[in-house]
Amino acid sequence: MHIQEELSQRHVLSLTVSNEAGILARIAGLFTARGYNIDSLTVADITDDHAISRITIVTSGPPKVIDQIIAQLDRLVPVHKVIDLTEAGPFVERELALVKVAGVGEDRIEALRLADVFRAKVVDTTIESFIFEITGTTEKVDNFVGLMRQIGLVEVGRTGVVGLIRGKEAN
Amino acid sequence: MAEKSGADILVQCLVDLGVEVVFGYPGGAVLPIYDALYNHPTIRHVLVRHEQGATHMAEGYARSTGKPGVVLVTSGPGATNAVTGITDALLDSIPMIVITGQVPTQLIGTDAFQEADTVGITRHCTKHNYLVKTPGKLAEVIHEAFHIATTGRPGPVVVDIPKNVQIATAPYAKPELKVHASYHPQTKADAAAIDAAVEMLAAAERPILYTGGGVINSGPQASALLRELAALTGAPVTSTLMGLGAFPASSDQWVGMLGMHGTYEANWAMNQADLILCVGARFDDRVTGRLDAFAPNSRKIHIDIDRSSINKIVDVDVAVVADVASALDDIIALWKQRNHQKSDLTEWWARIAGWRAKKSLDYAENGTEIMPQRAIADLYKACNATGKDVIITTEVGQHQMWAAQHFGFEAPNKWLTSGGLGTMGYGFPAAIGAQMGNPDSTTICIAGDASIQMNIQEMGTASQYRLPVKIFILNNEYMGMVRQWQELTYESRYSNSYSDSLPDFVKLGEAYGWTGIRIEGPQELEAGIRQMLETDGPVIVDCRVAKLSNCFPMIPSGAAHTDMLLDPSQVKGSMTDEAKALV
Ligand SMILES: Cc1ncc(C[n+]2csc(CCOP(=O)(O)OP(=O)(O)O)c2C)c(N)n1
Ligand SMILES: [Mg+2]
Repeated sequence: MHIQEELSQRHVLSLTVSNEAGILARIAGLFTARGYNIDSLTVADITDDHAISRITIVTSGPPKVIDQIIAQLDRLVPVHKVIDLTEAGPFVERELALVKVAGVGEDRIEALRLADVFRAKVVDTTIESFIFEITGTTEKVDNFVGLMRQIGLVEVGRTGVVGLIRGKEAN
Repeated sequence: MAEKSGADILVQCLVDLGVEVVFGYPGGAVLPIYDALYNHPTIRHVLVRHEQGATHMAEGYARSTGKPGVVLVTSGPGATNAVTGITDALLDSIPMIVITGQVPTQLIGTDAFQEADTVGITRHCTKHNYLVKTPGKLAEVIHEAFHIATTGRPGPVVVDIPKNVQIATAPYAKPELKVHASYHPQTKADAAAIDAAVEMLAAAERPILYTGGGVINSGPQASALLRELAALTGAPVTSTLMGLGAFPASSDQWVGMLGMHGTYEANWAMNQADLILCVGARFDDRVTGRLDAFAPNSRKIHIDIDRSSINKIVDVDVAVVADVASALDDIIALWKQRNHQKSDLTEWWARIAGWRAKKSLDYAENGTEIMPQRAIADLYKACNATGKDVIITTEVGQHQMWAAQHFGFEAPNKWLTSGGLGTMGYGFPAAIGAQMGNPDSTTICIAGDASIQMNIQEMGTASQYRLPVKIFILNNEYMGMVRQWQELTYESRYSNSYSDSLPDFVKLGEAYGWTGIRIEGPQELEAGIRQMLETDGPVIVDCRVAKLSNCFPMIPSGAAHTDMLLDPSQVKGSMTDEAKALV
């Protein structure tokens, strides 16, 4: 007997939650306990009084599983609202990465040229290295990192995705 | 404002919340609370013998009274011993509040004596949990904990209280209920969903009401409304294990329990229905059997207070997110307003009669051994004859299924069993808890020889509080349900399913000051049961039943409703790996 996997879709979920002890463990644990995927998870408080945090989760699964994930998250006592940005309609998503590249000569010049194309900023430099700051969609960051890998990538730090629905309304 | 210690604040909150009984066990980290309970005028403390016992007692108390069960245990091992019962309450949606002691705040995280990360361990087996770090927050948390445990889909809530928080003082005034702004379970259905449900019900030619534990949780009103809806529509009614009693077993419209050990007629009616109204049930794998063959030609309406239960396993046509009683009330009101009449279901009922004629619960008797089914049927008859209110609890195994099949329930809250988690060791403590909450009822735990040993230490608790509970053991000297699966799946290799070295249950009863009765053969059955029911104090009955009987009908795992095994002759003795791998 072999175990079959189902086809998955990527979804970006945006949650507002009460900013209380254990909330992150509660959410991350729900994903592990029920066997859901987390591709990335970001969290920071978003109100003046630090009472509410926004958590953005990139997950993947078949439609039925995504629906369950949302229902299960919604049922946690400190969770205020769960929006599936992917379903709710046009939205902006960004992540930030710091990308360290080392090299000399032609590689170093190529790195700067590519950074310019991707609108990445140099935030640290030595004679033999740069750290670039790049923001954009996951795909754009992936592409940038992929190119750098060929010309001296040393290490990468990424924030994971945050996202908001387009337009004037709060969601 | 006068100051109170954390322990006094806790006890005051319990009084204000109407708590009458606490099931618990002391230890270092809860000594301040135990001191506050010392000689308490209104709160009764039941001293258990193992913390798991306390949790199941609280469940039994809750399920039989409709009030939340309250547990008090110490830190570390006290809390970890409670985890099985907490998980059981989560899976069966039982309102329960568990107060756990914790090491003082300054020692948290240092691997202090009897420290366990209780909040971490119970995070995913509670509906919600708290660590209270200051006595000033305690009252608010306790009130919220009761609110969360008892509203929406009920469940267990843990409140972990460090020892220094129990001793430190804070100003106390009875708090206003302050609940998380994010907690707002939907109890009233959307009008559009009710409308769709009513029209589908009215148009159905082969409807069935598939009911579950949610009807019991919703309160006695929900059971009354279910009966009314059944009368209005004329539809057959089936139920999950957890829902037994919500609809009277004596009704002509009752087709019996469905699922793995359900009746032939219930499972066939589900399979052939054109409309399934699911009321507070959750399409569990024990109910659906093979999913792609489950009720293939039906439309489905699902009433559930928990949106995450809807479309979790089976996709439905209409989702009614609401409390069962509220939804049924709305459906009935609209049905009447639209002046819908009962459809002509003659043909449907004729087909059901055909399935019923299979008499799927029948069993063969040989006259020399007590058939376990007979023992339950006789117990049922004898209980009825007493005219007293009877509450039945069960352990887990074949005896549990036979009890569900052969004991008829007429009212809700009289049948307490561990459905979701299937916890051996549940039934006996649950009977103690039920007896505490219902001192005038006859409370009987139908047990197996293996299960009863999982919390048998609680016999001391029943003796101490003079609780006249009865334990009726269907002793087959086997973990019968395990043996049955080994017969079905592993060519009868009985790996570790024989109950070796059983104690003498009669002498064990006597050691605890109970009455012990042994029933050895069919000719002793009636008198033995009568003696049990007529004895005032606690009684343990060792009823020796046929050792190798199996529980039928049965839908083997991975099979469709239409592939039920009706008797042992249909057992093949082995299965495919795919079927073996299913739960
Ligand atoms: C705590 C726990 N451990 C193991 C099981 C698995 N299990 C289910 S039924 C059963 C055997 C029960 O035997 P017994 O109590 O004698 O009941 P019988 O089936 O013989 O009526 C076992 C081991 C369980 N349900 N719960
Ligand atoms: Mg047994």
